[in-house]
Amino acid sequence: MSARIVHIARNTFREAVRDRVLYNLIAFALLLSGAAIFVSQISIEIERLVVVNLGLTAVSLFGVVIAIFIGIGLVSKEIDKRTLYTVLSRPVRRWEFIIGKFFGLAGTLVVNTFFMAIGVFGALLYVAHKFSKPDALILVALYFIILEFLIICSLALLFSSFSSPLLSAMFAFSLFVIGSFADDLRGFARLTHGFTRWFATGAAYLVPNFSTLNVISPVAHQQPLGAQLILQNSLYALFYTAMALSGAVLIFERRNLK
Amino acid sequence: MTARGCTTVIASASLALSMTACVLLLRHLDQIRPKATIEDVLYIDSPKMVKRASLGFDGLMACIYWTRTVQYFGHRHYSRERTYNELAPLLEITTALDPHLLPAYEFGASFLAPPPPNGAGQPDRAIQLMQYGIAHNPDNWHLYYDLGFVYYTELRDYTKASETFDRGSRVPNAHPFMKIMAAQTAEHAGDYMTARMLWSATFDSSRQTEIRQNAMEHLRAIQVDEDVSHLQSAVTRFGERTGRLPSSISELCAAEHLPSIPVDPDGDPYTMTPQGRILVKNPDDFPFISKGLPPGYKPSGPPKFHSKG
Repeated sequence: MSARIVHIARNTFREAVRDRVLYNLIAFALLLSGAAIFVSQISIEIERLVVVNLGLTAVSLFGVVIAIFIGIGLVSKEIDKRTLYTVLSRPVRRWEFIIGKFFGLAGTLVVNTFFMAIGVFGALLYVAHKFSKPDALILVALYFIILEFLIICSLALLFSSFSSPLLSAMFAFSLFVIGSFADDLRGFARLTHGFTRWFATGAAYLVPNFSTLNVISPVAHQQPLGAQLILQNSLYALFYTAMALSGAVLIFERRNLK
Repeated sequence: MTARGCTTVIASASLALSMTACVLLLRHLDQIRPKATIEDVLYIDSPKMVKRASLGFDGLMACIYWTRTVQYFGHRHYSRERTYNELAPLLEITTALDPHLLPAYEFGASFLAPPPPNGAGQPDRAIQLMQYGIAHNPDNWHLYYDLGFVYYTELRDYTKASETFDRGSRVPNAHPFMKIMAAQTAEHAGDYMTARMLWSATFDSSRQTEIRQNAMEHLRAIQVDEDVSHLQSAVTRFGERTGRLPSSISELCAAEHLPSIPVDPDGDPYTMTPQGRILVKNPDDFPFISKGLPPGYKPSGPPKFHSKG
């Protein structure tokens, strides 16, 4: 990775921290500790399930919100503040700027997820009093959540490269919702015929399939996950992210910044 | 005081006042609103719709719905309500969201099957729930046990109970007592010994405090029902022999050559009415007994569980 990309990524990370993004960890900690303490008093036999389900769902949703709301402003904010011109007047290529921003945001989310993971395991220890071997599966679920963030970051950057922050947020959030229904969309495509079938199938493959990255329920029930699933999900997220980032680079390279 | 300090004081006072007013008003509003609008509303009653709306986070939604089910049942059970209209839909949504949520089946069947006020009096829905659970968790013998239990205790369908225990006994790692219960329910259906064996098995095989406590209360109730049956038979025999009713339970015990007046599981002696009816001293302490109750008995409050699980 070029030194310029590293610099841009580092500055993006610093900016996110300066914008008090990591404050969400306080809300997360309160939510999780509250659940761990009180759930046994209002429900029956699901303390561990609640901690795992709530913890991983919160990691995912908090991260998605951060990815979208920071990602959409990464390019437009630089244009509004006119700092982009300063950066691009130096020997920095436009694609390096996009890739640097992506790694900066992804780094922020990885750090955020790391602290949240500590919270999840802490709450789990509180309710279960010990760790068991299947608890390691939570790490796989967290890894898949990070893969999900990579896709969302790249999509937010893609939209940010040509659209306003408001529209970018709407597009990115809509894709997150549609991507959660990707399996249904594929099922719908199978029920149709002719052009509609082609169109629905194309749309089903074009939108990100977040349901394949969501293994929270099986992990909560300590069901094993195959190595093939881990490998193929990793490759899928890698290629999808590369696709969205390539699109962002293509658009941004041709964008008239005058 | 500076202008800034003055603003701080006024704003803080306004904040505290408004917050207190909001809380008080909400409490008042809860009292004047019909109870049903707070408790009985199931905003979305389609399991499929709830699953879709959960955006893939169906595990968390299942936990939320299960907690809601427990709260719904617990609240109505505590206030000895006789209707549980939302219980079955809540359980169906919970299990549709997470078909592997075993407590929802294990507790759900015991919420649905018993007659009111101890349950919803819907054994058919309990059976549907358990069959759905078995379809999604075919290797869990506990679910077969719970289904057979509903057939045995609520529907008195001993053939199906025996068949279900037998199916469960063939599941890998099934508890050996499943085979015994299949044979026992087939041969000795409906007697106290079989009922006692079933509840003892529930007590021994469950790690959940609530289920063990419930099983212990049922075992106590079986003991009372059996004692009262024996004593009532003794009264009948006494009448046939002497042509009159015993004047007291002591006279009955002497005639039956009993060393002392039999006592219930709490150690209180049974009593007898002048009409020869055997009663327990404190029926409220035995929420599941069917014998030994005074005529027209109605529980004075929510069921009391004394035994430790």
